[in-house]
Amino acid sequence: MSLTTRPEAAIEQRPRHRSRAALATGFLVLVGVLAVVCFFSITMGARGVGLSTIWKAFDDYDPSVASETVIRELRVPRTLIGLFAGAALGLSGTILQGVTRNPLADPGIMGINAGAAAFIVFGIMVVGAQSASTYVWFAFAGAGAATVTVYGIASLGREGATPVKLALAGAAVTAILTSATTAIVMTNVAALNELRFWQVGSLAGRYFTVFWQTVPFLAVGIVAALCAGRALNGLALGEDLALALGQRVRRTRIVLFATVAVLCGAATAACGPIVFLGLVVPHVARMLCGPDYRWILAYSLLLTPTVLLVADIIGRVAVSPGELQVGVVLGVIGAPFFVLLVRYRNLSEL
Amino acid sequence: MAATLEAPVVRSGRTRRRRRAVVATTVLAIVVFCQFVLTMMVGDHFVPPVDVMLSAVHLGDDPMTDFIVRDLRLPTAATALGVGLALGIAGVVFQKLLGNPLASPDFVGVSSGASAFAVAAIVISNAGAAVVSASALSGALLTALIIYLLAWRDGISGYRFVLIGIGVSQFMLSIVGYIVSRGDLYEAREAMTWIVGTVGQAGTGELRTLLGALVLIIPVALVLERPLRMLELGDDTAKALGSRVELNRVAMIALSVVLVGFATAVAGPIMFVALIAGPIAQRITGPGGGILAAGLVGAAIVLGADLVAQHLLPTSLPTGVITGIIGAPYLIWLLATVNREGRGG
Repeated sequence: MSLTTRPEAAIEQRPRHRSRAALATGFLVLVGVLAVVCFFSITMGARGVGLSTIWKAFDDYDPSVASETVIRELRVPRTLIGLFAGAALGLSGTILQGVTRNPLADPGIMGINAGAAAFIVFGIMVVGAQSASTYVWFAFAGAGAATVTVYGIASLGREGATPVKLALAGAAVTAILTSATTAIVMTNVAALNELRFWQVGSLAGRYFTVFWQTVPFLAVGIVAALCAGRALNGLALGEDLALALGQRVRRTRIVLFATVAVLCGAATAACGPIVFLGLVVPHVARMLCGPDYRWILAYSLLLTPTVLLVADIIGRVAVSPGELQVGVVLGVIGAPFFVLLVRYRNLSEL
Repeated sequence: MAATLEAPVVRSGRTRRRRRAVVATTVLAIVVFCQFVLTMMVGDHFVPPVDVMLSAVHLGDDPMTDFIVRDLRLPTAATALGVGLALGIAGVVFQKLLGNPLASPDFVGVSSGASAFAVAAIVISNAGAAVVSASALSGALLTALIIYLLAWRDGISGYRFVLIGIGVSQFMLSIVGYIVSRGDLYEAREAMTWIVGTVGQAGTGELRTLLGALVLIIPVALVLERPLRMLELGDDTAKALGSRVELNRVAMIALSVVLVGFATAVAGPIMFVALIAGPIAQRITGPGGGILAAGLVGAAIVLGADLVAQHLLPTSLPTGVITGIIGAPYLIWLLATVNREGRGG
């Protein structure tokens, strides 16, 4: 269904159920698109490289050739992190929208990424955590705490977690965390210098160490998320019906929120807080493949890294030889989409 | 109907409420005045309150005291007072207008718009204080205009305004992040300090503008308080009561945005003051309280936060850090109670 339809029209145009063959074909097409984007992500940038160089970099690596080093040390880890972190953010957005039945649920808007970021800063500054494999635990704690706080606050009251309440609670918690982070960082110039690059959200300067330190958690979270389709389909029917169908709603919610915390925490540890990505892509996926969460999850798994890597490439090419962080590109692209969503969609629809 | 409304019980209840509001507002004014004087008393060199007051109204005879009070401490105290008043009034108007106690200018994008423009001025063009203030003001106005236009669809609903404000706010914050990561470290630190907000940095020009704006805007806001109460009853009721809904709403939003803009231009986006001033004032004055009380509570918060930030801590911190620490737990509590009562969305 189209985003530009008015709410009245949207009710008539329920998403069509597509045949399984069509959905599978779409999935394969997306795999192809993602592969192409990965290729461009490795080749494009301040230093353009050809296919033969990529081949040589892995088959017959010569450390004295700059292009081959760039590929092995910079572009490939960057692309891999983009793949995993993107998938994690997209899946966590999908799960959040499904669990809260709220079209504006998003790890960025809900302050989950900010929670992870604040705890990471706290871990580095106060506890002295050095490597990503240590501070990723702080990220989990922060993401979990923020999820519980924001959702808990927003769901108090008789209408439950409405979009406005959820967004405001998220904005409020983000504001609290930001002022706490700033208060810590203001006392230390070196930390400030580090934080200002990290807090934008970027894939640049992420080497293999960061990748290997975060990928186990990302992989576990992604697998867990992909198994969530059936549970989300049940929850989409409403709490009462899901209960009647024999689903243990409370336990399902807790497991799903924990999955979101792991996904967002690890993604934030890998590439900093990124907004709008987890909001936008699940909606696109839902437009493409209808209301079945098993397919939405599968499509988000491929679409989100595609969008993240494309935004990263745009950032590299737009201000070449400098670079626009991917968080900025997504902030600029995502905001108009958010506005469209608020204006034209019947927000109580999920 | 009129007869039942004017029954003696109702009338006495109304008189009691009004009396409570007037007494509470007066007490608030006295508290703010004491804090204002106290701010000028304490520091490296203690000045007794009588000397402070004499010197502030140009009746003192000791040039040393005059210098300390008028040149060093009066600007800070006046900034805290003005910024607090402006943020308190703007916050309560936003909250009433959008029908949501959480819809303060801090969260719906006005402050982050001001931040984005000011940070751009600091980092990109290395501007002086006056230019930074001017860009903060224009950032606040422009962002509010954008949010208003984007949220417009056969009128404004508070619900759309808040959500679009949050979206625009995220957009502005990603721009702030980008600019801060671009500049050199010194500029980045300056920009971060500005973003947190502190009252000690204002130039006299901006301060005069803020105080002038307050003198002009507070009476207008008091006049508009009546239509604002009608708007609180809902658009349809307000229309039926003969209120020009959209015109009043635009006027009120414009007034508060101008106040936030001037306050932010002087002291940076000091968080949470606009958010918490209104509800606290409401609690103190009871249902009859108005926007003046909210302004006074705002002033009390900023003056208090400045006193704590300057004198009670081992290293002096920006004022915004203190208001953040006061505001955060209150905000959580507010979110919880407001949502439980079902007024949050």
